[in-house]
Amino acid sequence: MALVLVLTGVAVVATVVMIVRDESPPGDPYFLLLGVLLVVLLVQAVVGLVALAGTEADVDAPTFVAYLLTAVLVVPVGAALALVERSRWGSVVLLVALLTVAAMQVRLDSLWTGAGA
Amino acid sequence: MPELSTGPGRVLVALYGVLGIAATGRSAVQLLGQPEEAPLAYSLSLLAAVLYLVATASLLRSTPAARRVGLVACSVEAVGVVAVGVLSYAASDLFPDKTVWSHFGQGYGYLPLVLPFLGLAWLRRTSPSAEG
Repeated sequence: MALVLVLTGVAVVATVVMIVRDESPPGDPYFLLLGVLLVVLLVQAVVGLVALAGTEADVDAPTFVAYLLTAVLVVPVGAALALVERSRWGSVVLLVALLTVAAMQVRLDSLWTGAGA
Repeated sequence: MPELSTGPGRVLVALYGVLGIAATGRSAVQLLGQPEEAPLAYSLSLLAAVLYLVATASLLRSTPAARRVGLVACSVEAVGVVAVGVLSYAASDLFPDKTVWSHFGQGYGYLPLVLPFLGLAWLRRTSPSAEG
């Protein structure tokens, strides 16, 4: 879903700005953005599972499901680590988490389209 | 004693955690899916996965014993990624399927190549015997 990549991209930019300005911990608007991203990832997981169940294409199912579910977990774990570490390094953790989501999203999309689904 | 898991250490925990999950996932899919296809590659994937999880746990625990375990884990990772990296180019028939360490961890943004050295540097920086 392109929406995930767009939201992740916006969050990455916001995180880099935070790191450069040494603003930590992140403010409420930032966490709102992460929350929206998390909801979109949850919706994607449900939609993805339903689509997988309904498709005829030869999608690598275990990998696809693992990526769908792990992508949902990465954001809250990253946010939790960042809240414990209230310094610039906490924001770097968020950056790691967001880049992970982006990488997983690209893999998810290629797993899906690569199988001709 | 300096905490291993605070400050930059938390970034290392995050990176190691991600890699640990990625490597575990890959080796689980490979070993459960088609174990006979590339036994060496898949066993190495599993070894890498375990090492990354051990390194993550050592960083979180921060005890003197955990530091030693972390040191061993990071060292083996460093040797592993360089050895498999070289072999995957020089003797590619050994690895019919990819491992986390193939081509110096290319498929994982070269994280497997960078992380063990970051881990070793961080262990050294925070060592109780070192200044600062």
